[in-house]
Amino acid sequence: MRIELEKRAEHSQLMTVVSPLIAIGLTLVCGSILFVSMGYSPVEALYAYFIEPLTTSWSIEELLVKAGPLILIAVGLSVCFLSNSWNIGAEGQFTMGALGGSIIPVLFYDFTGPMALPLMVLMGMLGGMAWASIPAFLKVRFGTNEILTSLMLVYIAQYILDFLVRGPWRDPDGFNFPESRIFDAAHVLPKIGEGRLHIGMIFAVVAVLVVWWMLSRSLKGFEIKVMGETPRAGRFAGFSSKGVVWFGFLVSGGLAGLAGMAEVSGSIEQLTPVISPGYGFTAIIVAFLGRLNPIGILFAGLLLGLSYIGGEAAQVSLGLTDKITRVFQGMLLFFVLACDTLILYRFKLVSNANRVKEAANV
Amino acid sequence: MSDLSMIEAVLLTIITASTPLLLAAIGELVVERSGVLNLGVEGMMIVGAVMGFAATQATGSPYIGIVAAMIAGVAMSLLFGFLTLNLMTNQVATGLALTILGLGLSGMVGEAFIGQPGISLEPIAIPGLSAIPFIGPLLFNQDILVYASYGLVIAVYFVLFRSRSGLIIRAVGDNHGSAHSLGYSVIKVRYLAVMFGGACSGLAGAYLSLIYTPQWVEGMTAGRGWIALALVVFASWRPARVLVGAYLFGAVSILQFHAQAAGIALPTQLMSALPYLATIIVLIIISRSKTLAKVNTPACLGKPFVPDR
Repeated sequence: MRIELEKRAEHSQLMTVVSPLIAIGLTLVCGSILFVSMGYSPVEALYAYFIEPLTTSWSIEELLVKAGPLILIAVGLSVCFLSNSWNIGAEGQFTMGALGGSIIPVLFYDFTGPMALPLMVLMGMLGGMAWASIPAFLKVRFGTNEILTSLMLVYIAQYILDFLVRGPWRDPDGFNFPESRIFDAAHVLPKIGEGRLHIGMIFAVVAVLVVWWMLSRSLKGFEIKVMGETPRAGRFAGFSSKGVVWFGFLVSGGLAGLAGMAEVSGSIEQLTPVISPGYGFTAIIVAFLGRLNPIGILFAGLLLGLSYIGGEAAQVSLGLTDKITRVFQGMLLFFVLACDTLILYRFKLVSNANRVKEAANV
Repeated sequence: MSDLSMIEAVLLTIITASTPLLLAAIGELVVERSGVLNLGVEGMMIVGAVMGFAATQATGSPYIGIVAAMIAGVAMSLLFGFLTLNLMTNQVATGLALTILGLGLSGMVGEAFIGQPGISLEPIAIPGLSAIPFIGPLLFNQDILVYASYGLVIAVYFVLFRSRSGLIIRAVGDNHGSAHSLGYSVIKVRYLAVMFGGACSGLAGAYLSLIYTPQWVEGMTAGRGWIALALVVFASWRPARVLVGAYLFGAVSILQFHAQAAGIALPTQLMSALPYLATIIVLIIISRSKTLAKVNTPACLGKPFVPDR
C-alpha cells in the first residue's frame, strides 16, 4: 500500500476554505508536542497563548495594534504575489515608510498645522513606494531577481534607520540615547478610545476593502490574476507585463510604507533603532494563510497578531520564552503550504497489486 | 608589524569571512543544478549554527558539533524536500517558510546559550607545508572546515562535470521530463541534492558559531544565507566561480573592520551595508549580461516535477 497524489479535475472549493483551518489545527498539535517536550502542560500553555489574551479588553486592543500593520502589509503583498512578483522586502519598505513619515515630526517639528498628518501619511507611502521601486525597476529593466534584491534592501534600510537615529536625527535633548525627538501631539495619529489603539487599524480595514474590490470587481484585478497565472495569455490580451510588476511593487511598497508610518506615528511616537518585530516577514505568512484574499488576510492578520500578544502573555504568566512565537509562525506557514496541496490534489491509497494492473492496462 | 605580515593578517581575515559563504553557496549550487531552488539557506544555516554550538557545549568536542550541524541542516532540508518534492508546493514560498522556521527554532534553542563562551575549533597545521613563509600560515595552517570548503569545490566540479552522476544531476535540472523518460528517478536525485545542500548549509552555520565568533548570537547568520544564494547566480552555476565570488564577498564584508582600523571616517552603518549593496550591484551586472545569466541557468530551476503515470 502507498499513498499517491491525484490531480483534481477542478480546484476544490471546500478545501480552499478548510485547508487553512487544517493548517492551524496541525500547528496547534505540533505546538502542544513542543510544550510537552519543554515540560509545560499543553492545555495551560495554549490557554495562556491563545485564549487568555482575548479575555481582557486591554490585550484585545493590543492585538488590534499588532494586527493593523500585518494586515496592511499583507494586503499589499497579496497583490504582488498574485501577479507572480516576489516582493519579500516589505520589512525594508516598512522601515523606509517610517522614515518618510518621520521627516516632518523630526526635521520640521514646528509645522503643526492640520495638514501635517495627511502629509506624513503621504510621505510614508512615498517612502515605501520609493524603496519598492528599486527591485521593480531592476526586474523590469534588467531582469534582476527581485527576491534577492528586495531582501538585500531590508538590511540596507535598517542600517539607514540606525544611522539616522544615532546620527543626524538623534534627539538633541535625549542624553545621547539613540532615539529621535518625541513626536509633537500634532504628529501623532488620533487614538480610537482611551487606550493605545490608533486609526492605523482603520487604514488596514480600508485597504482590505479597496483591494478586495479591485481584485474581484475591476479590470485591473483581472489583469493581475491573468498575468500571474498565464503571462502568455495576458500578453495576447494586451496586458503589459512590466506594468503589472510595477503595479504590484508600488501597491505593496506603498501599503508597507503606510504601515511603517502608522507604527511610528501611532504606536511608538518617535524613531528608535528597532521599530518592528518582523512585521514585514510575518506579513508574508499572513498573506499565504489568508489565501492571498483580502478578506482572508483580515482574519489571518488577527490570528498572527494574537501570536505576538500570546507570546508576551505566556512569557509573563508561565515564563515561556517569547521566541516560541517565531517557531509557531514558521510552523504555521509550513502547514499552510502543505495543506494547500489538498486544493489541487487528493490523496489516494494505492495498493501495489493495483499498480501492476494499471501498468498492464496501459 | 611589517608590511608583509600586515597583508597576511588581512588575508587571513578574508578567508575567515569567505568560508561560510563558500560552504553554503557550493551546496546550493548542486541543489539548483538539480532544478530545485531552495531559498531556505539562511534558515538551515542558522539551525546548523545553533545545533553545532549546542553539541559542542554538551560534548566538549567541536568536531561532534560539526557533525551535529550537518545533521541539523539535512533535517531542515528534508522538511523542504518533503513539501516541494512530494507535496509539490511552491518552492519560493516553502524556502521562505524554512528560513522563518529556522530563525525561530534557533532563537528558541539558542536562548540557553546566550553569553556562554564557546569552544573554538583549532587550526590543523600541515607538517612541512605550514612552515613555508607567508603562504604556509595562509593555506596550510587552517581549520578543517576551510580545507573542507576547498575540497568541496573540487569534488563538486568533478562530480558535476566529469562524472556520470553529474550528468544525471544536470539532466534532471535541465529537463526533468526527459530524465524521467530515461528511467532516472527525478525525485530521488533531487532529494539527494537538497540533502547535500542542507549539509553544506549546516557546515556554514557551524563555521560561524565555532570559528568566526565562537559563541551563540541570535540571528548571527545576518543574511549570509541570502548572499550565498546571490553568489550562485553570480557564479552562473559554476563551482570555480563560486570560489572566486565567495572570496570577493568575504573581502567586501571584512573591509569595514580594516577601514576602521586604518582610521577611515565613514559611518559604520555604511560600511556594514556594503556587502548587501555589493550583492545588488553584482546581481544587476550579471542580469545585464545575457550570456552569463541565461546559458547556464538550469532550465527546470524552480519548476515542480509532476510524474504522469
